[in-house]
Amino acid sequence: MRYSALQVFLNGLTGNKNWKPVWRNPEPKSHYDVIIIGGGGHGLSTAYYLAAKYGITNVAVLERGYLGGGNVGRNTTIVRANYFLEGNSQFYSHSLKMWESLEQELNYNVMLSQRGQVILGHSDGQVDSLARRGNMMRMQGDDAELWSREETKRQLPYLNHDDPRFPVYGALMHWRGGTARHDAVAWGFARGADMRGVDLIQNCEVKGFRIENGKVLGVETSRGYIGAGKVGMTVAGRTSQVGEMAGLRLPIESHVLQAFVTEGLKPIMPHVVSFGMGHFYLSQSDKGGLVFGGDLDMYNSYAQRGNLPMVEHVAEAGMALMPMIGKAKMLRSWGGIMDMSMDGTPIIDKTHIDGFFLNCGWCYGGFKAVPASGDCFAHLISTGNHHKAADKFLLSRFETGHVIDETGNGATPNLH
Amino acid sequence: MRINCPICGERDSREFHYRGSAKLLDRPAPDAGAEAFYDYVYIRENPTGLNRELWFHDSGCRSWIVAERNVTTHEFFKTELAVDAKRGAK
Ligand SMILES: Cc1cc2nc3c(=O)[nH]c(=O)nc-3n(C[C@H](O)[C@H](O)[C@H](O)COP(=O)(O)OP(=O)(O)OC[C@H]3O[C@@H](n4cnc5c(N)ncnc54)[C@H](O)[C@@H]3O)c2cc1C
Ligand SMILES: [Zn+2]
Repeated sequence: MRYSALQVFLNGLTGNKNWKPVWRNPEPKSHYDVIIIGGGGHGLSTAYYLAAKYGITNVAVLERGYLGGGNVGRNTTIVRANYFLEGNSQFYSHSLKMWESLEQELNYNVMLSQRGQVILGHSDGQVDSLARRGNMMRMQGDDAELWSREETKRQLPYLNHDDPRFPVYGALMHWRGGTARHDAVAWGFARGADMRGVDLIQNCEVKGFRIENGKVLGVETSRGYIGAGKVGMTVAGRTSQVGEMAGLRLPIESHVLQAFVTEGLKPIMPHVVSFGMGHFYLSQSDKGGLVFGGDLDMYNSYAQRGNLPMVEHVAEAGMALMPMIGKAKMLRSWGGIMDMSMDGTPIIDKTHIDGFFLNCGWCYGGFKAVPASGDCFAHLISTGNHHKAADKFLLSRFETGHVIDETGNGATPNLH
Repeated sequence: MRINCPICGERDSREFHYRGSAKLLDRPAPDAGAEAFYDYVYIRENPTGLNRELWFHDSGCRSWIVAERNVTTHEFFKTELAVDAKRGAK
C-alpha cells in the first residue's frame, strides 16, 4: 500500500483497523542471487538498493534477532556531512544528499529534521580548526557557517558560555545536518525492500559459510543451509565473528558506546550541539527528551550495556556545557556494540573469497551513512566495481599505507 | 569493574588506562617484513570471550598490566605485570 494523507484519512474513518503488516515473514528459499547477513540499517538499505536501483530482486536479508534490533535502533540519530579527508568527504556528502530525498524515495516518513548541527570552539586554536573544517565542507559542496562568540551566544542562550575552564569562543554551524527517526529508517528500507520482493528473514543466525575453490556457495544458518550467488555482510559489532567463519582476519575491534535520554521536556534546544571539550553532544527529540552521548567505554566489549564510570563522565561534560541539564531526570541509558576500525573509517570492499563482500568499520558514525552505504554496497555487489563515492574504503588500505585517519590517532580504535 | 593490580591490589577501573590487545607486547623483529607488521599493528582477534589485554595503572603504581577479561561479561580473570608476562613468554 502506498502511504498518503488520503490513506491516513480513510483508515482513520475505519478506526485504523485495516492497516496491513508492513512486511511479510517468509520462509527462507533454498537459494538466492544475493544474501545479505544482518538486518540493521546497512543490510536493509543494501537490499533495498539492490532491488530498487540495481535490478536484483532475488535477495534475502538474514537477521539473527529482529529487524532494527542492533545499532540502527540504538543510536543518537545524528546525520551530518562534515568530514575532512578525501574518501570520507565525498561519501558522507553523497549520503546527506540521499537523506534529503529519502522520504520520497521510500514513501515513508523517516522524520528527517535538518535542524542544524553545531560544533563549539573553546579556544582561538579550536575556532581556527573549525574555520578550516568549514572550508573543507564548503569545498566538498556542503554547507558550513562560522559563528562568532556573540552569534553563538545569541543562537544557543541555554549553554554556559562563560565557564572559566571551557568558555565558548565560537561555533561551526552545519545547517543541513540534523536528526532522523532511527527506527523509521530501518522500517522504511525494510518495507521498500519487501515490496520489491526481498525476503526479510528474522531469527536466522548465520553460523558458517560453504566455500569451495575460493568461491562462496551459501551460508549455514540456524534455519538450515541457504545457497547464494553472492553474499554481503553488514553485521556491525559482530564483524570479526562472522568474518572469522569465512576465514577473514580483520582490522576491527568491538567496543560499547552508550547513549542517554531524559524525561520529556518543553522545547528548549532546536539544534544538535557538540561540546568541543570532551566528547559530549546532545539534541532534543520530538517527544521532548534530551538525547545525548559521549565517548566509548574505551575497552573492548560485546555487552550491549555500558558501565557507570562513563555515565558519570558524560554527565559531568553535560553539566559543564549546560548546567540546567542537571534538573532533568535521566530516564534511560543503553549501549550498542560498535565495529571500530583501526583508522576510524569504514570498509566497503570485496574479499579474497569470490562472491563474498564486506561492509564494516562504521565506528560511531554509521547511522548517517545508511543510505549511501546501501547504495555503494549494492553497487559493488551487483557490478563488481566500487561506487565512486566509496572507492577509498578498501580493506587493503591498511597494508598499502592509505589509511583514512580523520582524527589522526593511529591504530587505536577506541580513540577514533 | 575492578582490576587486580599485582602491586596495588584490587582497584577501581577508573584508575587505569586501556591500551588494547596484549598482542602489542609481541612486536615483530625489525626485519620481520611488512606483512608481520601489518598483522601486528592492524589485525585483532577481537574475541567475544576471553581477551588478553593491556591496562596501565595510571593513577596508581604506573605499571603496565596484562589482564585476562571476558569481554561479554566484563569479568576479570588473571592479571600480571606486563614485564612478567613478557619474560614468561620468552
Ligand atoms: C549509542 C550509539 C549512538 C550512535 N550515534 C550515532 C549518531 O548519532 N550518528 C551516526 O551516524 N551513527 C551513530 N551510531 C552508529 C550507528 O548506529 C552504527 O554505525 C550503525 O547503525 C551500524 O550499522 P547497522 O545499522 O547495519 O548495524 P546494526 O543495526 O547493529 O545491524 C547489524 C545486524 O547484524 C545482525 N547480526 C549479527 N551477527 C549476525 C549473524 N551471525 N547472522 C545474522 N545476523 C547477524 C545483528 O543482530 C544486527 O541486527 C551510534 C551507535 C550507538 C550504539
Ligand atoms: Zn598498581
